[in-house]
Amino acid sequence: MTTPANDASAPKANELWELRLYTAGQTPKSLAALANLQRICDEHLHGRYKIEVIDLMANPRLAKDHQIVAIPTLVRKLPEPLRRVIGDLSNTERALVGLDLRRAA
Amino acid sequence: MVAGELPKVPTGIDGLDQVTRGGLPKGRPTLVCGAAGCGKTLMAIEFLVRGATLYAEPGVFVSFEETAEELEANVRSLGFDLGRLVADGKLAIDFVRIEPSEIVEGGAYDLEGLFLRLGFAIDSVGAKRVVLDTIESLFGGFTNQALLRSEIRRLFRWLKDRGVTAVITGERGEGTLTRQGLEEYVSDCVILLDHRVTEQVSTRRLRIVKYRGTAHGTNEYPFLIDEKGMSVLPLTSLGLDHMASDERISTGISKLDAMLGGKGFYRGSSILVSGTAGTGKTSMAAHFAAAACARGEKVLYLAFEESPGQLYRNMRSIGIDLEPYARKGMLLMHASRPTLLGLEAHLVKIHKLIEEFDPRVVILDPISNLMSAGTSLDASAMLLRLIDVLKSRSITAFFIHLTSGGSAIETTDVGVSSLIDTWILMRHLEVDGERNRGLYVLKSRGMKHSNQIHEFQLTDRGIELREAVGERERKRIAR
Repeated sequence: MTTPANDASAPKANELWELRLYTAGQTPKSLAALANLQRICDEHLHGRYKIEVIDLMANPRLAKDHQIVAIPTLVRKLPEPLRRVIGDLSNTERALVGLDLRRAA
Repeated sequence: MVAGELPKVPTGIDGLDQVTRGGLPKGRPTLVCGAAGCGKTLMAIEFLVRGATLYAEPGVFVSFEETAEELEANVRSLGFDLGRLVADGKLAIDFVRIEPSEIVEGGAYDLEGLFLRLGFAIDSVGAKRVVLDTIESLFGGFTNQALLRSEIRRLFRWLKDRGVTAVITGERGEGTLTRQGLEEYVSDCVILLDHRVTEQVSTRRLRIVKYRGTAHGTNEYPFLIDEKGMSVLPLTSLGLDHMASDERISTGISKLDAMLGGKGFYRGSSILVSGTAGTGKTSMAAHFAAAACARGEKVLYLAFEESPGQLYRNMRSIGIDLEPYARKGMLLMHASRPTLLGLEAHLVKIHKLIEEFDPRVVILDPISNLMSAGTSLDASAMLLRLIDVLKSRSITAFFIHLTSGGSAIETTDVGVSSLIDTWILMRHLEVDGERNRGLYVLKSRGMKHSNQIHEFQLTDRGIELREAVGERERKRIAR
């Protein structure tokens, strides 16, 4: 039996996911990360998400302000708690674990 | 191309620029490594602070371990106001927080974010100096070690391309200079700091492990961290190429001058006065100090046994008032407990005092007490270094040595006699049923000196030498 609170794979229907992807210019890794993220969201969040891409090349100050070291970095701002996944998200399994979207099975 | 000497930038750290013959390689990274608590973060901060304040070279401090607030608090006691420097646009601090538990790796990544931060910080203040303290923390935060290594290699190259002089700190590893082998990536200059505690006394030492294109000593240089920051003792070559002065200076006791070829000590020579307790050694030092001050020469008096107040009082009782000289700035009386600091620390401290005060005469009262701060081997090595420093500056050194009751009177347990130019022995004489004080010149290089034992008294006008004991005997027999 799963309780709704523990079933991370089934986000509440009304919950909006706010995701932020930090990149540094249009690099292959950044483009891949965005594509992979879009795919994951379409599969798991069915339109209940918002993706904001921040190009640190254009605004390097934010790298310090938001504690970004690795590129690309994906930050789940909402729902809380804040979570971080780094990399181009090509490892879907890890990405799902990182976002807390992965079914235990 | 055969590389000549690399251009260097002065660190501004007391003594370090002498040891490195000019500072750190300009526009290149230098690795500063050592165990926890060895002072590497402090050295790195001072490098930036001095750069910003002395050489108009703004700096960037990237901290992987402490927040800007913590760093500021840690160095405030050293008189470094990082907040001020940041406000003045001379320093940028970026705390890079690596929290392994928060990071999930979901594919290929690089550390471009770090590069961007560093670049932004450098541009924001126009930095010429950069510190990364310590970049090894990255290894705890990311699992892909191969990637980390290539990124660190890229980072060091990037720093070189930016033309900044960088200090990279690293924690000492088992059998390696740094845990992650950073020394592999830094090829120009590697400095190792060491902090040892022996018999509850700590000593800090610095060694230049490698410095491309620069002749550097392989010595360990003692250093000190005090309220003014770090100071390294630049040991000279310990050569024997000092200028020997022909100038003679009075001992302050005319009859003693007479015993020393009629003119007293040589300027810049090292003098040892040894004897058992209560033989009047400090009184002789006070005569010498007062005479020097009266000639207008500055005297540094290092007291390891008595407080200045006590010394002034005791010397006043024999008619020597040193206090006015101290008030006029002719005499600097520095009292400290030998056991408070390690030998090296004493040496660095003395060196600093000499540097600041610029005396012509230095008195150490007594050197035997320094023994308690280290082994006798250390003590003689230290004295050798000190004598070297003093001789190179033509400072006359006056050492007092307390001989312990049981030991042979003509031995000094510090084994420095060979370094000494003039050696005066003071002892109790038991003659005619009286216990009197006597002194004689055991040796005095380069002058014809008396070979007689003279009895003397401590009067309210100081030390008064009487005729030689032998003379008196002769007269007595003749009677």
